Formats: sequence, C-alpha cells, structure tokens
Amino acid sequence: MDKFTTITGIAAPMPLVNIDTDMIIPKQFLKTIKRSGLGVNLFDEMRYTLDGKEIPDFVLNQPAYRESQIIVAGDNFGCGSSREHAPWALLDFGIRSVISTSFADIFYNNCFKNGILPIILPQDAVGYLMDDAKKGANARITVDLENQTVSASDGKSFAFEVDAFKKHCLLNGLDDIGLTMEKVSAIDTFEKQNAAARPWA
Amino acid sequence: MTAPKSAVLRTLYDKIWDDHVVHTSEDGTCLLYIDRHLVHEVTSPQAFEGLRMTGRKVRAPEKTIAVPDHNVPTTEGRETHIDNEESRIQVDALDKNAREFGVVYYPVTDIRQGIVHIVGPEQGWTLPGMTVVCGDSHTATHGAFGSLAHGIGTSEVEHVLATQTLIQKKSKNMKVEITGKLLPGVTAKDITLAVIGKTGTAGGTGYVIEYCGEAIRELSMEGRMTVCNMAIEGGARAGLIAPDEKTFAYCMGRPHAPKGAKWEAAVSYWKTLFTDEGAHFDKIITIKGEDIAPVVTWGTSPEDVLPITATVPFAADFQGGKVEAAQRSIDYMGLTPGMKLTDVKVDAVFIGSCTNGRIEDLRAAAGILKGRKLAPGVRGMVVPGSGLVRLQAEEEGLAQIFTDAGFEWRLAGCSMCLGMNPDQLAPGERCAATSNRNFEGRMGRGGRTHLMSPVMAAAAAITGHLTDIRDIMAETA
Ligand code: SF4
Repeated sequence: MDKFTTITGIAAPMPLVNIDTDMIIPKQFLKTIKRSGLGVNLFDEMRYTLDGKEIPDFVLNQPAYRESQIIVAGDNFGCGSSREHAPWALLDFGIRSVISTSFADIFYNNCFKNGILPIILPQDAVGYLMDDAKKGANARITVDLENQTVSASDGKSFAFEVDAFKKHCLLNGLDDIGLTMEKVSAIDTFEKQNAAARPWA
Repeated sequence: MTAPKSAVLRTLYDKIWDDHVVHTSEDGTCLLYIDRHLVHEVTSPQAFEGLRMTGRKVRAPEKTIAVPDHNVPTTEGRETHIDNEESRIQVDALDKNAREFGVVYYPVTDIRQGIVHIVGPEQGWTLPGMTVVCGDSHTATHGAFGSLAHGIGTSEVEHVLATQTLIQKKSKNMKVEITGKLLPGVTAKDITLAVIGKTGTAGGTGYVIEYCGEAIRELSMEGRMTVCNMAIEGGARAGLIAPDEKTFAYCMGRPHAPKGAKWEAAVSYWKTLFTDEGAHFDKIITIKGEDIAPVVTWGTSPEDVLPITATVPFAADFQGGKVEAAQRSIDYMGLTPGMKLTDVKVDAVFIGSCTNGRIEDLRAAAGILKGRKLAPGVRGMVVPGSGLVRLQAEEEGLAQIFTDAGFEWRLAGCSMCLGMNPDQLAPGERCAATSNRNFEGRMGRGGRTHLMSPVMAAAAAITGHLTDIRDIMAETA
C-alpha cells in the first residue's frame, strides 16, 4: 500500500449528498478480476452517456479537474453496497483523499485498507473547501496527515481527527497484511502448537 | 456485567474462539487462526493479484480450497467453453491462480466441483471446532459442524491467503432454541426462515448465533446446514450448532477427515465442543417447534416470512420505515394485499443452491414429484449442489423423477440463485425457489422470488401456485 503523508492537489467539488458505491462503481464492473483498471469506470453512469461518450458537465470530465487527487463531497459519502471496488476505482483514478461531513462505515474502513484518506470535517469547513475547490485547477488543497490538517489554497487551515492506529498505518504505508506479517513468529508458534494439539486440522 | 462464574463457563463460540487466538492487541482486536479457507472465482481474483504484486505466497495452500461455482454455466459443454466472456475470464483466472499458488482445486472438469459450501463438508474439509472463512456470506453453512464459519471481503481474502489469519473483534453470543418437535411437512428451511421472520434481517447483527434445542438435535447434518446457511440473512456473523454423534458420523470416512488415531483424538476433542451449562448469552430467542408452519416469503427481504396459510399483508400492517419498504415489495412482487398466498401463481421453480442443493433436499423434492408433472406453463430447474450430489441423485433414480416431471436436470453450481451465469428469471417471472435471497433482481432483473423448502417448491411445481405441502401429503396418504 502507498504511504500517505502530505498531498497538495486539485480537489473536485461534488456537492451531492449520499453518493453511494453504486454510483462510484456500478455493478457491471464487478465481474473484473483486477483491483486496478477501474479508474476509467469511476462514476461511470454519471460520467458517460449510454454510448460511452463523456458527459462534459460532469466534474471529472472538465479540463480543470481531470487530474484531481481529492474529492470534496456532500454528506454520507460511500453509502450502499460494501463492494471494495469503490475505493479501488477511486484510487485507480488517482484520488487519495475524500473530504466530507460523514462517510458510510464500511466504505470508510475500506478506504484505509487501500491507501485513501477519508477526512471528516464540520459543515462549515467542508463548505469553505467546497468553494475553494470550485475555483478550479489553480486552487490546490493540501492534506497533511502527520499534522492532521487540511489547508485551502489561501492557507486557511482546518484540523481533523483520525484514529491513531489507522494514521500510523497510512503514514507508513502499512497494510493489514504487512502488520500481521510483523507477528509472523506468533503465527509460526501457533501453527506448531496447533499441529501438536489438533493434528487433523 | 457478567457474573464472576461465567468467566470460566464458556459458550461453544467462546471455546472455538479461544482455541484460535494467535495474538490479542491492547484494544482487544485479535489475530485469529484460520483452519480452512474456501475460495471461489468472484471475490478472489484481486486477492491473488495482490499477492502477486507484493511477491507474497499462500501461507497454507493445503488449507486453501478453490472451486468455481458462482459464474459457471450449468449446461453441458462448459468444460470447454463459457460463452460469457467476463465469466470465462473469472473462471480462467481462478484456474490459473489455483495452479500457480498450489492450492487445493476442483475445476469444472472434476466430479467433485460444486457450490463451495457444499463441496467443503462433502470432502471432509469442514470439521467440528474449525475456523472456516470464504469470500462469500453464506459461509455460515459450515457452522452446522460446530465450526466458526463466516464470510469475508476481498482484502480479507488476501489477508488470509498471505497469513492464514484474520483480524477480528469478538461478537456477542446469541442463543436460538427450537424446542420440541416439528410437525409433518415442516423442515429445516422453515425453521431458519421462521427465525429470520421473528428476529428480522438485522436481529443478529453483532452476534454469533448458536442454534440448539430438541428440534435442532433431531435434524440431519444436511438440515443443520440449511439452518446455519441462512444465519447471515438474519444479520448474524455466524451460526453454530454443537457437534454430536450425527456430526461425527457424517464426517467419518470423508476424504479429508482424519483417520485412525487422529480420528480418535479428533473425536475426543470435538466432544468438548459444547456450551457449558450456565454460560452467558447476550440474547436468547426461543421458538416452539410445534409453532412453526411451512412458510414462504412474500416480499423482497428474507424477513418477509409468512405461514403458507396466510394472506399477502397490507403495507399499513407494518410500522415505521418498513411501511414504505413493504409497499415497494408488494409492488415489485406484483401481489395484491389480502390475497391468499396459496393463490399466488408461479412461472418457474428452482431447486438448488447452497441452502437446499444437497442429496436430502433432492430426495425430499423428488418424493413429492414422483409420478407427477410440472403444472402446464411452469418451467422447472434442478441444480444439484455438487457433481457428487448429481451423480448420487442419478444413481438413486431421482434425476429420472425430475426429468419425468418435466424439470431440467443441470450441472452443479450456484446458477439461478444469483443469476450471474445465464440461468436467470425474465422480468416479472415468478419463481418458487429453495435458495436464500429474494432481493429485487437477485435471480434476474425484474424476477420475483418466493423462498421456501424443497418440498414446498415441489408442491408449487405440480399445482402451479404456492401450495401448502400438507395438502399434497394428505392427497398422497
Ligand atoms: S448458491 Fe447462492 S447463496 Fe450459495 S454461494 Fe452460490 S450464489 Fe451464494
């Protein structure tokens, strides 16, 4: 998993509330065998017409936002199906952080498993950043995980909360597997004892 | 607060948990050892890709069992060609991954191939006291053996592949007791649906359920699997039944069950797997076996359960948020409130799935269908849960009964249960199904599913409408 320390990048404003995982990655893309490659289908039904043409109005199709790394979104982002394809699609597009007033629980956790930082801020802060994001490519937002701040392009900064353990993992690029691998001697020991105690298992 | 005494009195779940903890963190998060990891083609490709990208191996390939089931067609010729390209790619990916990582593998060409939750117990991979996981929510099935079994997400699949462990927080204990005896015509499926009807689909959230009581003890292993299979539909993390002589008898002699001295040692350990008298449960539900009737679902949630003698409810009969949901269900299902459930006509009958695709289920359905025919205009499909179930059913003459009755006799797989392969309902088509989910579009876009037992599905097949199995039994008697 990629480390997350500080990013400064273009933020796409998506003032919609309840952006669900079906919108993020529709179900016809679940038959894939990859985690990667879903970026082109991120927000597929909002982004393309039925015959596959880009819908020019959609934010990520606008020239200023094609390289977005951050999304500033309305309340309850990531609700609906638990599909891990949603964070995969965001990451594959290049999104590393999503800022909103709240997130659906499973999506929130899935983000951390995939190197994406979801940030919860109060309504007025999200509103301020939303307005900033609307200014386009010149207004870059900075997310600093170490110091737990988000700064608008004018330097105005907002502090956010994050679970200390999750922060540690993201900062160091530790995925769950990497962390468990650190306990491999405990697993070895368990397996040895288990082989003696329950040899049939 | 728990009484000090219960610190030593443990439930079955507590015991299995304790025996699998590799490491406990300060915040109570545990690393749990996984004895059996079942893998299928839909939720595993990204996990294997992850291993490849990080240069990791499968830690215990001999404890990892892969079988394609969700996507595979159930028609002849699938060994050589799968029409749907995306399905084919997923099945091919599993084939490649299984071989490359050296895990146990049952390809479609193998007679032992079938639905992962049927193959595991059949081959003796699933044994009492084990932890069993799979990237599939119906992993709960294996709880019938007194093993702790539940579904996991794709990142967790990768985690288990790489480390043979899972990061877990412990759930709460719930006891569901079914007392007394079941009445004629009432089956394991009716028990499990009746429980969900009572608790609701979120009633088990945060819990591991232990099913107990005389009616559960009386069930065969296959019936117990049907009960545990749907624990997830009640929101529970897992469902368990304490192992007993029936469990041991079922396991004995299976290809991957222990033999000789190991078998003796295993059985004496398995005999310790029960809930201690007086151990603490956080929630207890008791249902009298005699109170359970043959049931069907009328709506689009597994909790929409009613006895077959009931009528379609009115949305206004419900409360709170459920009013709207009920109205939406009634509309989607194309029903009229107040109509008798037995007046609901069906277009299709599906017998199969990990809930009811085992030999006893086929025997039960065939017992009703023998010498009878599908009602005019009704199409019927039987999809055995595994190649071995299929073979046995052919040897016992059940296949002949089904085909004589006008059913299609398919190859093993998940099939219409989730309509990821070509077996789907057409929009508006109504199906009596032995599977486990009646969600909108589950069996095909616009398709309408009524869940029920194999005998009830067979009864609907011959009458062409939802039918009280007891009426058919009375006719036969
Ligand atoms: S039969 Fe249905 S519920 Fe069972 S594993 Fe297959 S798709 Fe899932």
